[in-house]
This record gives sequence, structure tokens and C-alpha cells, in this order.
Amino acid sequence: MSDTRSPGAGRAPDVGGPAAGIEIVGLTKRFLTPKGDTFTAIRDVTLTVEPGQFCAIVGPTGCGKSTTLAQVSGLEKPSAGSVSVGGRIVDGITQGVSYMFQADSLFPWKTVLNNVMVGPVLTGMPKKEATVLALDWLRRVGLAGFEDRYPHQLSGGMRKRVAMAAALINRPRILLMDEPFGALDVQTKAIMQTELLQLWEELRPSVLFITHDLDEAVALADRVVIMTSSPGTVKNVFDIDLPRPRGDVQQIRHEGRFLELQGQIWESLREEVDRAYAQTAAVAA
Amino acid sequence: MTAATHRISDAGISSSTPPRTDITGSLGYAADDPRNFFRPAEQSEAELQAAGRRARRRHTIWVWVGRIGLAVVVLGGWQLFTAMGWVDKFFFGQPSAVWDSLVHLFTVGTAFGSIWENLWVTVQEALLGFAVGTLAGMIAGILLGSNRYLAEVCGPYIKIINAIPRIVLGSIFIVAFGLGMPAKVLLAAVLVFFAVFFNAFQGVREVDPNLISNVRVLGASPLQVARHVTIPSAMTWIIASLHTAFGFAIIGALVAEVLGAQRGIGLIISQAQGSFDPNTVFACMVIIAVFTLVAEYLISLLEKRVLRWRPPTRSEASSI
Repeated sequence: MSDTRSPGAGRAPDVGGPAAGIEIVGLTKRFLTPKGDTFTAIRDVTLTVEPGQFCAIVGPTGCGKSTTLAQVSGLEKPSAGSVSVGGRIVDGITQGVSYMFQADSLFPWKTVLNNVMVGPVLTGMPKKEATVLALDWLRRVGLAGFEDRYPHQLSGGMRKRVAMAAALINRPRILLMDEPFGALDVQTKAIMQTELLQLWEELRPSVLFITHDLDEAVALADRVVIMTSSPGTVKNVFDIDLPRPRGDVQQIRHEGRFLELQGQIWESLREEVDRAYAQTAAVAA
Repeated sequence: MTAATHRISDAGISSSTPPRTDITGSLGYAADDPRNFFRPAEQSEAELQAAGRRARRRHTIWVWVGRIGLAVVVLGGWQLFTAMGWVDKFFFGQPSAVWDSLVHLFTVGTAFGSIWENLWVTVQEALLGFAVGTLAGMIAGILLGSNRYLAEVCGPYIKIINAIPRIVLGSIFIVAFGLGMPAKVLLAAVLVFFAVFFNAFQGVREVDPNLISNVRVLGASPLQVARHVTIPSAMTWIIASLHTAFGFAIIGALVAEVLGAQRGIGLIISQAQGSFDPNTVFACMVIIAVFTLVAEYLISLLEKRVLRWRPPTRSEASSI
């Protein structure tokens, strides 16, 4: 828990700051199964995210994408290798990180306003200031007037907006997104992607974005990393040279360059997807 | 709301009000087309509301008719069987005699002072036991639920203690603490503890791990994690356990009083048992039941207040 935090990492109320680069070197993570066997989730992952870069990780199911994120956030300790954020080796919870998950991960017992306020309140901001800030963020994500609702009273897209506001309110140096739009319907997903890009252009944190959806990865990211099936490691890295700002995500999908890149990356990914499928099929048989 | 609403209010729509043509027209049938028979006639919003209210009132009335009928059958049957001598009222009591006994308890009192005095003693024991047991159960449950090592060390012992017939502890407590209140409070608290503990433990285990990761990444200390995530999340489970826990508190207090006391409803019960007076035992049961219902109601109010963030369950909106 917090005792693993490195000494001197006192938390100032303002944890935000300029975007931090992420450097992952030879990262390996093994888990102990309940039977006592070791299971290697990721092996020798090496990967660099420049400060302010939007990096997407794509890979078959169960290839350790989420495990990689957990190491970056400092929630878990690597078995081998290292992660540095902004030039400092991660040891304990990394400062200035926000997480967004596939499940809403909102507090169902807190109102929308209180959900967004959690970040600043935890970093020690006085309640009054936090309220003003949270109201401002709700306005930015188009939810002014919904402060007093509970999450269950909102639609899926609105809940995502709340989660986005809650993740960005602390102005994180790094935004970790674990299939954040995976559970949304296609139309809502496109709207959310466009809004995410707009907010990201404003704040420019470094982003590590996990997804299964190759189209999503290419449309949003500067860099797409393909991971192999379990145990996961980096297979290929593609730089996406689509111009910024990208504007409406729906429209990019029809551009020639998008289709070209998407085709190339799919070639690399398909092999891994097929292999992962064969693995699970073999286990099931 | 189509077929069903039509059925509810078809009495209100006579043949003199033909279906409106804007519906029928949009579907391409003429207004007098026989196929219109299968389509609900359009009704005004007010008519629908009124029909809904009527249906609901009718439902409520029938439920109450059923409830009162059931009580009449059971109590009347009991009265009849004992009055006819098919069942011996000396051993099994009789509703009318239970009533007489209740009146006697409240007007004349008992051998140990007025009934209010005795009830107050039992209520105090139950409430104190409930409070102590709930608090201890919550703390232990949340602690063990969030600390894996502690849970693994204590797990077997808790299972063992849970397997003991804890009512027997009442005898030990009375030997140790005498005939006064502490022994009763303790027995009630022990019974309550386990009901609350297991729910609190499970509640903590069911907390969404993503929520915990989320606040930890934001820099929450272990205490803040508990305050913002673990405790509110486990509250759903804990509150659910309070209903059964309160029943246990009453049982604990009463049983301890039956085992040995100087005051209390349990003492009146054991005294009545000794003098072959089932009617007074039943009368005491009625008194305790009324008290429990009131407490149950208060717990429900608390539940509503604390868990108002929860979405309404589907069953709360009935289909018509």
C-alpha cells in the first residue's frame, strides 16, 4: 500500500504537471497461481512513450495489456525490468496518473459531482475549491445540471463522460486507459472518442490506451504497439502519421491513409489473434 | 403498455367512441377495418392514469382481504379447536385467554413489577447487545475482509466459534457475570456479531477492485480507501444483515433471561412455563413481536436513507 511509496514522494495538492514520458525496459511480470505454479503474463516488454504522446496497445485477449498498465501506475511491482516515468524509476504509486477502466468505475453511492471531486479531495484540495473545479469539469464534458444525479440515473455515454472528467480533473501527467470504451455501443463510442481527443488536445498528457479495436487505435493514437499472445511481449510498433487535430473520428475512417495503415497493422495483429484463439480453443478442448 | 392497458380500461370505452383515425390512418387501415380490433384504442393520458390507479387500489384491497382472512382462519381455528375440546387449552392456550392474559399483564402487572419495567429491561439488553455486536461485527468484518493475511490466520478459528451452539454461552455468561444485565447484553452481542461479521466480510470482498485501484492511483491512503470505497460498498451487505441481526439480539436477551434473571420478559416467560400458563407465554410473544416490528421498521428507514443511491429494483414497478 502507501508504505511502498518511495521516500520523499510527498504529495503536493497539485499533482499535475507537464506530460511525462514513459520508458519501459525489459519488463517481465510473473504471477503465482493458486496452485503454486508461476504464470508469466508479460515477458521482456520494451516500449517508449514520448511526453504528450498518445500510444495505443493492441493485442489478443489475455496478452498482458492490463498488466503492463498496472506496472506503469505502480499498483504492481515488476518481476524483472523497469518502468520509468519522467526519468524516474517507478517504485510505489506513480504520481500524477489517472486510470480509466472499461467498467465505469464510478462510485455508485456518490453523486456525479462527488465522483468528479474525488481526485482533488484525495490530493488535499479544500472542498470548496474542489467543488468549483468539479463543476467546471462537468461543464466541459457537457454534463452541467447533472451534478446531483447518481451514476445509475445516467446513460452509458454520460457515465463515461463523468469518468473522463474524474480522470482528467487532476491534470494527470499520464492517462492510463484500459479499454475505456469497450462496453459502449458503436455510435456512443465514436462520440466519446472524438470528445476524448478534444480534451487530450487541450491538456496533452501522455496516454497509454489499451484496446481490442484496431480502428480505434489507429484513429486515436500517434503510436500503435502490437503485443503477442500470452506471454505478451512487444511484436511491432507503428507510428501513425495522420495529421492532428484529427477532428471527427467517424470521418477519419474513410481516409485513404487510415485504411492503408489499418491494413498494415492488421496483417501483424492477425497472426497473434489466430494464435491466441488456437490457445484458448486447445485449453477448452 | 398496449395490450394490457387496453384490457384494464375496455370497460370505459364504449362503441360510441371509435378509434381515432390518426393512428389507424398511419398504419394504412381504414377506420372501420376489422383488423383494428387487434390494436388498442388510443386513450388519453388521464384515462390511463385513472385506470392504473383503479387497478392498483383493487389489488391493495384484495391483498388486505387475503391477509385478514388468513388471520381469521388461523386464530379462529385455534379458538374453535380449543373451545370444542379437540385440543386441550390447558396445554396449548387459547386466543381469547391470551388476550385476557395480555390485559392482565398491562393492568395488574407481574410478580416482578409492572410489565413496562420488565419490557424496558429486555429492550435495553437487546438494543445494547445489538449495538455492541453490530459495531464489533462491522469492524472485524471490514478488517479481515481487507487484510488477506489476517483473514487466513483467523479464518479457522472463526469457523470453529461459529460452529459452537452459541446459546450455551449464555449459561457461562450467567455464571461469570451474574444475574444482571451484562450477561444478557453479551449473549445478544455474540449472536449479532456473527450475523453482521460474515456479511461485512463478504461485502468487503465484493468491492470492485477497479474502484480501489482508481483511488490508490489518485494517492489515497489505506484509511482513505476504506472511507471512500470499502465501507460504503460493504454497507449494502451490512445493512441487509441488520434485519436478521436484530432478531438475534432479541433471542439472545430472552434466552439469557430464561436461563437466569431478576427482571425481564424472559423471566416472565420462564415463570409462566413453571406454572403451566401457556397463555402468558403467548402474551409475552405478542409483546416482543410488536417491539420487533417497530425496530424492523426503523431499520428499514435507515436502509432507505443510507442506500438511497441504489437504483430501484425492477420488482418495485409492477407491470399492468
